[in-house]
Amino acid sequence: MRILEGQGVTKYFGGLAAISNVDFHVDQGEILGLIGPNGAGKTTLFNLISAALPASSGGMRFKGQKISGLKPHRICQMGIARTFQETKVFGNMPVIQNVLVGAFFGKPTHISGAAAANEATQALEFVGLSATSAAPIKDLTLAQQKRVEVARALATKPELLLLDELMAGLTPTEVGEAMELVTRIRDKGITIIMVEHVMKAIMGISTRVMVLHHGEKIAEGTCNEISCNKTVIDIYLGEETHAAS
Amino acid sequence: MAEAERLLGLITIGILAGGVYGLLAVGLSLQIGVCRVLNITHGEFLMLGGILTFTFSQLGINPLLAPVIVGPILFGLGFLLQATLFRGVKARVPSPSAFEGNALLAAFGVMYVIQYLARIRFGTQSLPSQYLTQPVPYVGINLAVNLIVGFAIAAALGIAVYLFLTRSRVGKAIRATAEDPPTAELMGVNTNTILAVCFGLGGLLAAVAGTLVSMRTPVSTAMGFNNTVIALIVVTLGGLGSVPGSFIAGIIIGIVSMLVAGLWESVLIVPVYYAMLMVLLLVRPTGILGKK
Amino acid sequence: MNITRLFTTHRKLLLMGFLILLIAFVLTFPLYGGARTRVLITMLVYAILAMSWAMFSGTTGYMSLAPAAFFGTGIYTTYLLQNHLPLPIIIVAAGLISFVLAVLLGLVTLRLKGIYFTIFTFGLVVFIPNVVTYVEGEVTQHHGWYFNVLDRTIILYTMLGLAVVTVLAIYLIRRSRLGLAMQSIGGNEEAAEHMGIDTTRTKVLTFAISAIFMGAAGAVLAPSLSYSNPTIAYSAFYSFVPIVAAVFGGMGSLQGPIVGGLLFGFLEKTLKVEWNTYFMLGFGIIIVLVILFLPTGMVGLVPILRDKLGGAISKWRKGREGEQHANT
Ligand SMILES: Nc1ncnc2c1ncn2[C@@H]1O[C@H](COP(=O)(O)OP(=O)(O)O)[C@@H](O)[C@H]1O
Ligand SMILES: [Mg+2]
Repeated sequence: MRILEGQGVTKYFGGLAAISNVDFHVDQGEILGLIGPNGAGKTTLFNLISAALPASSGGMRFKGQKISGLKPHRICQMGIARTFQETKVFGNMPVIQNVLVGAFFGKPTHISGAAAANEATQALEFVGLSATSAAPIKDLTLAQQKRVEVARALATKPELLLLDELMAGLTPTEVGEAMELVTRIRDKGITIIMVEHVMKAIMGISTRVMVLHHGEKIAEGTCNEISCNKTVIDIYLGEETHAAS
Repeated sequence: MAEAERLLGLITIGILAGGVYGLLAVGLSLQIGVCRVLNITHGEFLMLGGILTFTFSQLGINPLLAPVIVGPILFGLGFLLQATLFRGVKARVPSPSAFEGNALLAAFGVMYVIQYLARIRFGTQSLPSQYLTQPVPYVGINLAVNLIVGFAIAAALGIAVYLFLTRSRVGKAIRATAEDPPTAELMGVNTNTILAVCFGLGGLLAAVAGTLVSMRTPVSTAMGFNNTVIALIVVTLGGLGSVPGSFIAGIIIGIVSMLVAGLWESVLIVPVYYAMLMVLLLVRPTGILGKK
Repeated sequence: MNITRLFTTHRKLLLMGFLILLIAFVLTFPLYGGARTRVLITMLVYAILAMSWAMFSGTTGYMSLAPAAFFGTGIYTTYLLQNHLPLPIIIVAAGLISFVLAVLLGLVTLRLKGIYFTIFTFGLVVFIPNVVTYVEGEVTQHHGWYFNVLDRTIILYTMLGLAVVTVLAIYLIRRSRLGLAMQSIGGNEEAAEHMGIDTTRTKVLTFAISAIFMGAAGAVLAPSLSYSNPTIAYSAFYSFVPIVAAVFGGMGSLQGPIVGGLLFGFLEKTLKVEWNTYFMLGFGIIIVLVILFLPTGMVGLVPILRDKLGGAISKWRKGREGEQHANT
């Protein structure tokens, strides 16, 4: 079943088409890897899905329902949560309270304080940061802050989770841990789109991969299909020769 | 016929007076757009410019030469404020998004310091600072020479600033800093210095605007606040970071103020500005020529 | 009993006791010296303004310069209604009118970036009095507002009641969902939106709630003025006072603005008459220093001092114990 579907999705920044006429879909329960060189439009696509930015044209459906034109908080309450490439934590709160915000406001229905606190604790435990619960979030490393973002997103009880470069700047061991975390999230039944430059991670855990380049979708398929794809190899190995296109 | 002439006269005065508002606003626009400081001391810089011009004229220095002294003094003050105070605020805020708020509060403290130091030194009375008041007959009314000279100086300085920002190396560094400080820093721009230069430049422009205002009306240490309000309105109307936008908005504000005062009621000048601003921000949240 | 421990374990109790003492003191104040009632009223007004300002601006980071607009509207409401309605109803009406005004302003401006919001709120302070002046000149032909003077003691107690209501309301809001939503906007507005918070609604609502107390404070104060006019009532000073007081006391907490407001009101009434210029100069300098070096304000000094003092005391005790051991 397709949980999310986009048709002709386009975003212009002035004259620049950051996303141009992209058709895409995400199947329920899969991990969709989203790759492409810097500036390809990956984050922009996330911004369009989560309604951080309005699309210039095109439409998207989430579980069959039109989501174009909704506000970000509605999107979140419908079941789409996200993290940010450049971490956006609540710097004025301790770690647990960051997660609590997600638990409190992320769902369409009202939730009691005790239940929210409970969910927040669980989400924090799930990402393995229980020990830092009471610490000011500023005291955490960047990698840890990204995990808090994941916990915060999970606390909203999403069905679809958008992860933007969760593994950037991690050591190989940490990458392994993050891959394990993403799989565990998928095993909870949450569908995932992840933007990643770490090829080992993409090839290791994605069900399917979609490749963006200059805002266009240039390839899509299983890991095997993608790693053999001529265009993709050209783009990743020979950026310069392709710059003219 | 007399009515049409009167209208033309009012509009002309408005345009000429508006040039000075434009000049004042360019300075504030730089401080807000590049340094991210909502500088509510801006009017106090204008006040200092006007008062110092008057003080120097008492010592025999021609007001037209005053900017040469007053400009650098207030450039220095602005430079120092950014290099010490606002830089310090930036270094200490818990999160980058808290900077604008804290900088505003700090500016607020500075506003009191400048204003009350000035009061201690110069008192609160109006000082007769007018200069070049000779009338020039023009379609049924008289324009004072200071109005024309003021506009000419403001326009010349405005063009100079525009060229400086678009053509010079420092100007390009300023624009790079405004758009993306980390990248500018990577490209070898010393953003701390650039921000200080920008803030200083804002102070310099306010100072010259102060000189020009002092030639037309008496100055006093209490005049800063109203000018801050006007500058804020002009900046918002013109859009942040646009020199032509600031001037166009300044001239519009000048015309509107003359028309409202001349044809209606002068207490309504500010309400009319404000209503214009509301409508404009509702339909176009970036100002007339604003980019971002 | 260790003093540090007393402070940490029974802090709530101590605070409560202190509050009760304070209230008892204020309640009986006219008995000690009725002439000072005026000072107390001012202190309470500033505390209310500072608390309400900090509740919205201190938490969300959206710097409002509008307090004078709501405060002045409160004064004006009393002037308009004083011959038609009893004071309690006028106070409620002033709160409601300020609320509506704030909702309208908030809907237009809170979608905008922080800087535009500040400029707009600032404009409001200049806009309203000019419009009122115009309307009075053209329509009612009245100039200046005269009030039916009320006994100052009654005003003092009413203001005290309003202050208590304000403290309670803000205390509850800070602990509620709304409070958490506001705080997350202050932390990172974009992230807050993506966590399911309707940020526009939250901002407009809390901005408007804060306006209620400001308007009500104006309405209560009015009968002590005997005379006012749009320029006095809407003076930008009333926008600056709460900011100065809240920053001075510490705008992140509930106590900070209260302490700051009371202190500023007291100092203003006692020092300003003689030392006006130096007083304001001093406050300007203090604001700058507080922003730079004491982000949690004066109340932020308390834990610092407590730690220092506590450390010193326990050191001293240890020293004594050591001595005793040596003696035995
Ligand atoms: N808010 C924005 N305003 C203007 N241009 C933007 C904005 N966001 C992204 N872009 C531009 O869109 C293009 C795609 O950016 P992005 O989606 O961040 O790429 P990626 O995440 O794939 O590295 C880039 O050229 C970038 O400069
Ligand atoms: Mg990206």
